[in-house]
Amino acid sequence: MTTAALLGGYRRDERRRAILLAAACLLLAGICAVDLATGPSAMPLAEALRALAAGPEGADRTLAAILWQIRLPTTLMGVLVGASLGVAGLQMQTILDNPLASPFTLGFSAAAGFGAALAIMFGAALPVAGWLLAPAAAFVTTLAAAGLVYIVARLRGSGPEVLVLGGIAVLFLFQALQLLLQYMASPEVLQQIVFWLFGSLLKANWTSIAVLAAIMAAVLPVLARDVWQLTALRLGEAHARSLGVAVTGLRRRVLLCVALLTAGAVAFVGTIGFVGLAAPHAARALAGEDQRVLMPLAALVGAIMLVGASVLAKTLSPGAVLPVGIVTAIIGVPMLFALVLRRGAGERS
Amino acid sequence: MSDPEHSGLVLRGVTVARGRRNVVTGMSAALVGGSITALIGPNGAGKSTLLGAVAGVLPCSGTILLDGRPSHPGEVAYMPQSTAVRASLTALEVVLLGRLDRLGWRVAAEDLSQAAGALDALGVGGLARVRIDTLSGGQQQLVLLAQRLVRRPRLLLLDEPTSALDLGRQMRVLDRLSDYARQSGAVVVMALHDLSLAARYASSLLLMKDGALVVAGSPDAVLTPAGIRRAYGVEAEILRTSHGHPVIAPLAPAS
Repeated sequence: MTTAALLGGYRRDERRRAILLAAACLLLAGICAVDLATGPSAMPLAEALRALAAGPEGADRTLAAILWQIRLPTTLMGVLVGASLGVAGLQMQTILDNPLASPFTLGFSAAAGFGAALAIMFGAALPVAGWLLAPAAAFVTTLAAAGLVYIVARLRGSGPEVLVLGGIAVLFLFQALQLLLQYMASPEVLQQIVFWLFGSLLKANWTSIAVLAAIMAAVLPVLARDVWQLTALRLGEAHARSLGVAVTGLRRRVLLCVALLTAGAVAFVGTIGFVGLAAPHAARALAGEDQRVLMPLAALVGAIMLVGASVLAKTLSPGAVLPVGIVTAIIGVPMLFALVLRRGAGERS
Repeated sequence: MSDPEHSGLVLRGVTVARGRRNVVTGMSAALVGGSITALIGPNGAGKSTLLGAVAGVLPCSGTILLDGRPSHPGEVAYMPQSTAVRASLTALEVVLLGRLDRLGWRVAAEDLSQAAGALDALGVGGLARVRIDTLSGGQQQLVLLAQRLVRRPRLLLLDEPTSALDLGRQMRVLDRLSDYARQSGAVVVMALHDLSLAARYASSLLLMKDGALVVAGSPDAVLTPAGIRRAYGVEAEILRTSHGHPVIAPLAPAS
């Protein structure tokens, strides 16, 4: 193959990937429109889009209230949480060199659950708005879990084995603490804790959207700066180091970014599993490992999966809305099995 | 232009510890550019550890100078011993990563052209658009070698660069590396187990054992029956090909 032909082929691949990103954006926009039109009160798509265009002060007060106070925040939160989990999962798989890693591998979700349970049980006396208490506590405990893993990594090196072992210790610690609180809780409080753990986009409001958007705006440029280093890390630590990648610093930096994205996502909507595991795999299968494309695509696929699950959650039980965390888990388990079986088959062949 | 007195790689008292054990102890040598230097020695001699330390990926004590000063990462390329690569990247994308410090959001035509040229030079241009995780061990080794060559390094450190290659490819790769060293003046250091290949392609050999330098010099000076017996515990005969290249024929384990 001549050099000119190779250059042409590479540019064609670049164009194909750009089209793929554009198609994913369009698909996400379409699913968001369907999500806006779906809910306990019937609203045809055209009517939903008209109400959206009319703004929060639109003439039809009921429609405007449903759309701007409930459905739009839910949909936007689905996009942001799905994108955060997609990117966090991708980078967790990259720095741990483990295809089965997810944003929750290092015990972050157990920590968030413990924080929320703590706030629900003991937070009433604190001078903080009720709706903010559980998210704030979940955010803080998730970052505390990341801090513990980070300290282990500082003391014992940032290799994948050390990170996973540290994460497993953190996972068991916060799971035990969470169970202790549930054991001590009254039936009413226990119900609130369990509901929080379900993971539901209905907890979204404009403030939580702004907070999560701000976290993403702060974290994504940091990750974007490292796209080539993260791509090189996929060759394995020895090769990445030999190419001049400062692997230890990169791992620690990315670990903090993943912790912030996960904390922001989990704090406001609870635990939503499998998006962070499956979205990076789907994106990788479509676009390869060049992180210039893979990272935005993992974000888009994560958002598509979560908003799609939201539509499903609303249509599975007409008149009610299932917590989306339950739907993603039910869809995700077969996907996880398929991934494991496919990998197992690949290793045998 | 570099000062001829200070050109090349100088090691002074280099010691590398793994845990509490010194794997390389007090290694000193002066290596010139423009030709290949081969590190030889039995398993566990410290060859790979020394290369890792010189590359800067393993901590060490002592002094390592390239052209009279500490090297900087941009002028060094190091290929560790072959490990399977599982990434879903094409061979061309892998070679492009060799120019990591130059890559931006849009890959320049110059970088693509250099990467394609490096693959062609090692005879694997046809694999450019094939995913590396689907290639054989030998093909992966060639792609990873092309990745190092595309950096145009002043110091090229290779750990068993031909271990997964067939005889023909071993010779073509070593010919290519000799050409690179000669044309660029680069210091090329490689660990090799095949003593006949080392004797044929390297202008100087460093024979290591138990983490220390046993002897350094030309192939004729280092590869003697006595030296091979002392380092490897093997009785060997040094033959000559019709072209005059030495060939090491092992006879029996030394008693």
